Amino acid sequence: MQHMSTGERVLRGILIALALIFFLFPIFWIVLMSFQTNAQILRIPPSLFFSPTLENYTSLITGQLKTASGVLTLNFMQNLFNSFILSTASVALSLVLAVPAAYAFARYKFRFSEDIAFTLLSFKFAPPLLVLLPLTIYFQKIGLANTYFGLIWVYQLITLPLILWIVRGYFEDISPDIEHAYRIAGHSWAKTFFKISIPLARPGIAAAALLSFIFAWNNFVFALVLASADKQPVTVGALAFVTASGIQYGQIAAAAVISITPTLALALFAQRYLVEGLSLGAVKG
Amino acid sequence: MTASVRLDSVNKIYAAKAKNPIYAVRDFTIHIEPGEIVALLGSSGCGKTSTLRMIAGFEEVSKGAISIGGREIHKLPPAKRGVAMAFEGYSLYPPLTLRQNIAFALKSEKLGSAETNRRVEEIAGLLELTRHLDRYPSTVSAGQQQRASLGRALVRKADIYLLDEPMGQLEPQLRAVLRGRLKRYLREHGLTAILVTHDQTEANALADRIAVMEGGVLQQFASPADLKEKPANLFVGTFIGEPPMNVYRVEPQIFNGRISLRARGEELFGYEPGTIDDAVVSLLERRNALVVGVRPADVAVSPLNGARGATAKVVSNQWIGDQTHLESAFGDGVIVATLDNRFAARAGEALAVDVPADKLHLFAEDGTALAHGRSLASGGAH
Ligand SMILES: Nc1ncnc2c1ncn2[C@@H]1O[C@H](COP(=O)(O)OP(=O)(O)OP(=O)(O)O)[C@@H](O)[C@H]1O
Ligand SMILES: [Mg+2]
Repeated sequence: MQHMSTGERVLRGILIALALIFFLFPIFWIVLMSFQTNAQILRIPPSLFFSPTLENYTSLITGQLKTASGVLTLNFMQNLFNSFILSTASVALSLVLAVPAAYAFARYKFRFSEDIAFTLLSFKFAPPLLVLLPLTIYFQKIGLANTYFGLIWVYQLITLPLILWIVRGYFEDISPDIEHAYRIAGHSWAKTFFKISIPLARPGIAAAALLSFIFAWNNFVFALVLASADKQPVTVGALAFVTASGIQYGQIAAAAVISITPTLALALFAQRYLVEGLSLGAVKG
Repeated sequence: MTASVRLDSVNKIYAAKAKNPIYAVRDFTIHIEPGEIVALLGSSGCGKTSTLRMIAGFEEVSKGAISIGGREIHKLPPAKRGVAMAFEGYSLYPPLTLRQNIAFALKSEKLGSAETNRRVEEIAGLLELTRHLDRYPSTVSAGQQQRASLGRALVRKADIYLLDEPMGQLEPQLRAVLRGRLKRYLREHGLTAILVTHDQTEANALADRIAVMEGGVLQQFASPADLKEKPANLFVGTFIGEPPMNVYRVEPQIFNGRISLRARGEELFGYEPGTIDDAVVSLLERRNALVVGVRPADVAVSPLNGARGATAKVVSNQWIGDQTHLESAFGDGVIVATLDNRFAARAGEALAVDVPADKLHLFAEDGTALAHGRSLASGGAH
């Protein structure tokens, strides 16, 4: 970073600008779309100039969608709430289960420990639809279909392996002797875990929680199959904008803006942890 | 407070169920008196840290028993063993300052903050850390971290103190100062300590007894003087002492009572009748070959003209500030001699080399000691 010629600096600026345009343009376009009516969006050629409207947002919030063929009721706010419940609860449950498990995998080599850890990770590789079909049948039999509890349980497939593997790496990077020094001074294993190990792995735990929250939030297929309207998250709820009288692009864009806002806010808030988490160096040794 | 320590046939086997189990410590037995300071000395990987970790409770004892103050502890959790330890890798807690790290060790003693502070300051003063107390581990040098880690161990009240290379990172001057202070502190409080070190000077200066280990096996457990004068085997003989002992495989020949120790037909050391103890002579008579050890300080060199001894040719002659190191071709190898004064001899010059009988160390071919020094010369103490 220190020794950069002017040429290198200019080149770097150009590359960063290109990357930003490439990644941010779709988001920028969606934000613009969310303030336009369907007619404005669909005009040819498209234009950057229009008189903005809040209609898309009001119809989402009030749940009244006016289309050419009349007024439709929308569940968007309920969907948003569902997304929130499902993601938060899934991550919370995964943290409770996976953080101690990650610690065990990091610290103790027991019979089949590697196999168990890998099996858990492999849940992430499995095509979800393969799991879903039999799962749907079981869930309907035991009454878990279309319940928050059932969905949160299935969401563990997304959140738990992720947290387990990320946090395990963090625990492995903490010298066990830091814990030993505390234990030898008269403290129990459990106290050491909560007072020393967890605080040291906190950046990693935060990063893992954030990532798995985003994955859970963005999940589509589990909720599509296992939940009906009142339990569906925004990802599935957005299907409602594909109506008999056409696709409601404006509302889709507004819904997208509203639904990425929480994850975006979370990412910005947790940025410090993420950066800290990725530069764990200070903890080692 | 201060307690005895016994390790009885302690074994540590890593990866016991794997194809290639690692025998880190084998049948290790030592009994340490209350208030005694013991050093574990041995080359890297010989099982010193493993031994300490078993005493502290971070590694299971694969076989054997450990007791502290007569209480068997090798099945107890670390918190119940009454042990303090300074770790090889310092292992300070990064979010806390050095002061907080040291004070943290006192948490379970539930002292008032004034008393805690007094103890922390006392230890910090002892270890020259006072100025750095309010800094974080990541912002101080390795030597400062190491001293904080030592302080964290010493500040506690424990039955025994395990110090794993507590001063390895320090420069010689500070190390010498702290060595003296550490010893005084341990003695004043009558503390039992086991310390691991690679530094023989440190072991000699600090320890009442030294346990020499190699390949997980205890070679000898004795006072510094005994290790030097009566090494139990060839390994200890060559491991202890700087520069190391000269060793030669020789065949003894006895002719008219004169003893000649020869390598490839050439006499390296010769002894007139009556200079060597009768028991040792009869021992030599029974052997075809044995190993002779000679410490560099015990080698007498003199100009060739008529002096007794075998001939050696100087290879190098260095004055290292307080000693002469003289290396000469001798037999089919070399002999190193150290002298307290400067010695005028050029490379290539021939010298007479002699070692008095009461300075010899004799070992069997398998390395076990046969006879040492004075007990070997006739009229010497047995
Ligand atoms: N956790 C472990 N798993 C497997 N082998 C181990 C483990 N810890 C140590 N060993 C092995 O046991 C032997 C003894 O190791 P130990 O750490 O006790 O040596 P040491 O004498 O302290 O060495 P050093 O002077 O380098 O610190 C070594 O061969 C080492 O590779
Ligand atoms: Mg070690």
